[in-house]
Amino acid sequence: MSVLVYTESENGKFKKNAFEVASYAYEVAQLLGTTVTAISFNASNNEILGDYGVAKVLNVSNDTLKTFNAKAYAHAITEAAEKEGAKVVIVSSSTDTKYLAPIVSAKLKAGYVPNVVTAPESASPFTVKRTAFSNKGFAHTEISTDIKIVGVSNNAFGIHEHKTTAAVETFSPTITDADFTTKSVEVDKVVGKATIADAEVVVSGGRGLKGPENWGMIEELADVLGAATACSKPVSDLGWRPHGEHVGQTGKPVASNLYIAIGISGAIQHLAGVSSSKVKVVINTDPEAPFFKAADYGIVGDAFEVVPKLIEKLKEFKAQNA
Amino acid sequence: MKILVCISNVPDTTSKINFTDNSTKFDTNGVQFVINPNDEFGLTRAMWFKEKQGATVHVATVGGANTEPTIRKALAIGADEAIRVNAEPTDGFFVAQQLAEVVKNGGYDLVIAGRESIDYNGGMVPGIMATILDMNFINTCVNLEIDGDKVTAIREIDGGKETLSTSLPLVIGGQKGLVEESDLRIPNMRGIMMARQKKLNVVEPIDANAKTIDEKFEKPAPKGAVKLVSADNIDELINLLHNEAKVI
Ligand SMILES: Cc1cc2nc3c(=O)[nH]c(=O)nc-3n(C[C@H](O)[C@H](O)[C@H](O)COP(=O)(O)OP(=O)(O)OC[C@H]3O[C@@H](n4cnc5c(N)ncnc54)[C@H](O)[C@@H]3O)c2cc1C
Repeated sequence: MSVLVYTESENGKFKKNAFEVASYAYEVAQLLGTTVTAISFNASNNEILGDYGVAKVLNVSNDTLKTFNAKAYAHAITEAAEKEGAKVVIVSSSTDTKYLAPIVSAKLKAGYVPNVVTAPESASPFTVKRTAFSNKGFAHTEISTDIKIVGVSNNAFGIHEHKTTAAVETFSPTITDADFTTKSVEVDKVVGKATIADAEVVVSGGRGLKGPENWGMIEELADVLGAATACSKPVSDLGWRPHGEHVGQTGKPVASNLYIAIGISGAIQHLAGVSSSKVKVVINTDPEAPFFKAADYGIVGDAFEVVPKLIEKLKEFKAQNA
Repeated sequence: MKILVCISNVPDTTSKINFTDNSTKFDTNGVQFVINPNDEFGLTRAMWFKEKQGATVHVATVGGANTEPTIRKALAIGADEAIRVNAEPTDGFFVAQQLAEVVKNGGYDLVIAGRESIDYNGGMVPGIMATILDMNFINTCVNLEIDGDKVTAIREIDGGKETLSTSLPLVIGGQKGLVEESDLRIPNMRGIMMARQKKLNVVEPIDANAKTIDEKFEKPAPKGAVKLVSADNIDELINLLHNEAKVI
């Protein structure tokens, strides 16, 4: 019996969320009096997981799994869980993981709870706290099956070091052609830029910016802060920004440390997507904009005057604190 | 092509969320229920297949009689028939098992569900259903083209998009992007009248267990008041973000 954690990597390197889910898995293992086994795919620096409490790594080294494939990855994770006799499987909440986790859940007949924000509240019954109603509420949910799958919300638990030595083993699950009936043809991804999913800071623009030609200052502000850019729904509906940047109840959730909303009114559907962000800053001309009720800091002012000044001041600040 | 669109009956997006019975139940008082937005995009895409390529479109939901206005709305939008599995949708696994049974009995080529419902946000129904049925599965689907039994789909990934090829039979978890927002339909009088004549089959659930139980709900703690900074004093904002909030 161990705790199995799926640690995501890209081009051989672990993603930041791999360390967060490993930290979470360590906490669960402590609670259950057992150890953590990780499963990774084609990762080159597996030992590093030892820093976050992982005792053993099953590394799947397989060229057919160089690019993500939900069914094949789910198959491998299921096999690893069975081999390890894992009672709890920990996963992240990335888009890829939310794709594969239900498949694992069906294969293992295991209850799966996504969007979990704290370590288990009790081991028996196994109860976790998760967000529900598009972040307008929380549920305390019991998983009643023998094997349990927990999807940890981004940035909710944080990364914690627990130095151990990770023993790395090669793991060869029985992947067959039947796992590849869905094939990736092309991946179109912005490289070298923070994505909304992993970014610690997100700079978001709304209809108040008047048009796509004004996004230069949003991107510049994001650059200074090493942030991802995002937008409200009408902005992507109007085609000013790609759909993938739309944040909210029907768009992407944001769980960053800092969310800067510029020219966004703060409609309930938008707020639903950003309420897990820790600190929210709002810049809006309208002092009655609902976003001010949800924000930590606010400036009542014109984005076209405030944002360029903010960029200048932040550059000075960065230069002094570099 | 025979299409099933899975419809979740959810509180309208502007609903205030409250809980009753010692915080163990969602308070439906004064709440308007609607077709789950992610499902609405899927339903509209299904109507496109029906009109442009020829398809039969059924809709299914798992829920009590109280969900019938929502599935009637799907019929008014143009679905041909509806199925209601007469059971409380206790958790995602349970719902997926019930819908998988509907798919088995109906022999569908394409099953469209939403990426997630906006109430419990489980996001597991399409994936579990596909796995039980051993059908191909694409999640966070934002574009779907079908030619014979060949499928080309685009899904959203973190930071971009991925194009995939697969074949029918297929289950998708759909979302905004499947059709333009402006193509979403509001039922007209004729549609509403016609929906009354359409079949709404009520079937009893199969024996299945929920695997998770929501023991208790809670609302987020109330927020403190916003700290306003003057537009002429950006230094103060930077100072607060650095020293107080410690986020830069
Ligand atoms: C079913 C459904 C689902 C939805 N899902 C989402 C969702 O997921 N995400 C989402 O964002 N929305 C969603 N919406 C839409 C939502 O209700 C709002 O319409 C939307 O969030 C408004 O976007 P906005 O604030 O950018 O635009 P607006 O409402 O037009 O607000 C623009 C704001 O900019 C301010 N402004 C104008 N000029 C300036 C300036 N020069 N400087 C500074 N500020 C300025 C204005 O004061 C105003 O507050 C959904 C709606 C429905 C019905």
